[in-house]
Amino acid sequence: MIRSSIAALALASAAPLFAETQRIAPGEGAQERLQEALILAEPGDEIVLEAGRYALTDGLSLDVDGVTVRGAGMDASVLDFTNQAGAGEGLLVTSDNVTLRDFGIENAKGDGIKSKGADQIIYHALRVEWTNGPDANNGAYGIYPVEASNVLVQDSYVRGASDAGIYVGQSENIIVRRNRVVENVAGIEIENSNFAEVTENLATRNTGGILVFDLPGLPKVGGGSVLVARNAVIDNNTDNFAPEGNIVAGVPAGTGVMIMANERVQVRDNALVNNATSHVMLVAYTQDYDDDRYQPRPVEVALSGNIYGSGGSAPDFPGGEMLTAAVGGALPPVLTDGLHQGLNVFDEVPVMTLGLTEVGQSIAEAAPSMWEKPDEFSFNDLEPVSLPAAMEARLK
Amino acid sequence: MRGSLFLMAAAAVAFVGAVTNSAARTPVPVNDTAIMEGMPKKLSDFGFFHLPRQQKSLNAVRYELNTPLYSDGADKLRFAYVPHGKEAVANGEGLLEFPVGSALIKTFAFGEGSERRLIETRVLLHREEGWVALPYLWDEEQTDARLALAGARVPLTTPAGEDISYRVPNKNQCKQCHVLDGEVIPIGPKARNLSREWLRDFAYSGKLDKVPNEADSLPPWEPREGSSTLFELDSFARAYLDVNCAHCHQPGAMASNSGLDLRWEQGDGHAIGIRKPPVAAGRGAGGHLVSIDPGSPETSIMVHRMSSNEPGVAMPELGKATVDEDGLAIIREWIAEMETQ
Repeated sequence: MIRSSIAALALASAAPLFAETQRIAPGEGAQERLQEALILAEPGDEIVLEAGRYALTDGLSLDVDGVTVRGAGMDASVLDFTNQAGAGEGLLVTSDNVTLRDFGIENAKGDGIKSKGADQIIYHALRVEWTNGPDANNGAYGIYPVEASNVLVQDSYVRGASDAGIYVGQSENIIVRRNRVVENVAGIEIENSNFAEVTENLATRNTGGILVFDLPGLPKVGGGSVLVARNAVIDNNTDNFAPEGNIVAGVPAGTGVMIMANERVQVRDNALVNNATSHVMLVAYTQDYDDDRYQPRPVEVALSGNIYGSGGSAPDFPGGEMLTAAVGGALPPVLTDGLHQGLNVFDEVPVMTLGLTEVGQSIAEAAPSMWEKPDEFSFNDLEPVSLPAAMEARLK
Repeated sequence: MRGSLFLMAAAAVAFVGAVTNSAARTPVPVNDTAIMEGMPKKLSDFGFFHLPRQQKSLNAVRYELNTPLYSDGADKLRFAYVPHGKEAVANGEGLLEFPVGSALIKTFAFGEGSERRLIETRVLLHREEGWVALPYLWDEEQTDARLALAGARVPLTTPAGEDISYRVPNKNQCKQCHVLDGEVIPIGPKARNLSREWLRDFAYSGKLDKVPNEADSLPPWEPREGSSTLFELDSFARAYLDVNCAHCHQPGAMASNSGLDLRWEQGDGHAIGIRKPPVAAGRGAGGHLVSIDPGSPETSIMVHRMSSNEPGVAMPELGKATVDEDGLAIIREWIAEMETQ
């Protein structure tokens, strides 16, 4: 009772007065001890995962606002879900103002870490890994914030996700920076989200490096205002190992950056190297849908300041080989299905269009040609995404 | 020698039983304070039950649901407690609105006859700040259940004969199913899933304001013998999905981001999954393209996930460790009978 009134006070003043630190060690009963700590935590508390390996059998969850879960390092404090018997993810967060930092999650049966409706969440210096590497039986998403405002994912490492390493869905005000995403189907995916910055990440050996998607029929549609900048997107040629049926199962191996639907996307100052299908690809949504809110085409996309290395020499789609031969051994670095509206390519590179004219048209009707740049472009830079100052302060 | 010891033990049990029974005749009131605050360590702290084994409560009213949630075949004892002088308010076919101070109690039991054991009891407490869900784990002696905030695993054998590691949910997992628009709410006691007879009795005893016209519309799950008409099949399947899936798969609930809405009242075929592609199913999709592929249960993600026991694939994600073969059969048949175009 006393404690709950303190908590109320702490909430009222925003800066918790009596934040407690609870230390959890690996070993006997870790599942219960850790889960109980997560349940009994009060806003402002910090739960410290001491170094070591935590053998867990069930998903963990956190539902208390303002809690920090801190390990001794992404390789030092490891939550090992290899023998997980229940729940859809390793760790589920459903509360606001949570900081997750400096621990690792291995071999979760479903998603690695999911946060749903958890505003102002920080994922910092985490490792989420399926240690066997690419495998269709791995969990879908490594780091998976959905339906949130103010999301920060940084300095983390994700490997082996059978869908996306870092997936931000149906959210807004998002920064994904300085992460390494390796050997996932999609390295980073921003889906049905607005005001996102994906910067200074290394995306390598995925099927596709960075995806910016918008899908119909979800509670939140109409994604856009996404900046993809200063990333190294290299060698994303891993065979697509996503289970069929998922939207990313259609991503060709060798994709650097792929934009599907969305309005206002800026791809600038990235290094795009050795992606064998295409460094940058723009497509409309291809399947039937029944959603009046939905805009299936990429609208207002700008490419500038990117460095394009080798690539496009082995496109992973039907007819790709023939097409490559026809254009002299490698596709141009930028590929559009032709259904975009307002494409601004400031970079001095050729662009190929498949010449589709209607959304949903079969690829068999493609009439590939070189896209002729309009004489003039106009694209106003996106407003920078700024997160609440209190969020950045939590990392100090 | 052993025989006479047994007789003595039996006599002792009878004696204790008599004492308990006589105590029950002068009912000890429910501990309303325990409902309203704190996290009582023991189930007995609430005072819901005076008789052993919870077959009956003098303080809370037992109820059944027309179509119940599948929980590995557990026998469930459900009770509703409304504090003295208050009444619940019926709200059409929806959830009965229980007043603050009410509690819903659900005990999960396995085994027949002398093998029967109470495993866990979940309580939902309606407090000033909203509903709170707490899990209690029964002790070996079956005398009381203790608060198990972090949940537990209990090895047991299901009625179908499967040996499983039964999962008692932790406090957060209780909420994962019971949350709607950020608030914890009850799931089961909706007027449409309660019998008219029970509602009438509940109202007659002063615990409910009225019996709503829309009551009792979900079909009784047992028995479903012989072939059913297509109308009945649709009704069973939709009732099953409503009760087993819709607490997460509806707007504002835990799986809202899937866009799948499996509520009984949802009339749009796409929303309930017909030809709907998955969003974040991952390997749960099992290589299938849509949740429900009309006429083809084998290529429907819904059937694939209901047929699985594997975490990350199996649906529902929480609250069961085995496949509900009866439920699965109904959903299979329902999808098989759907018009293909």
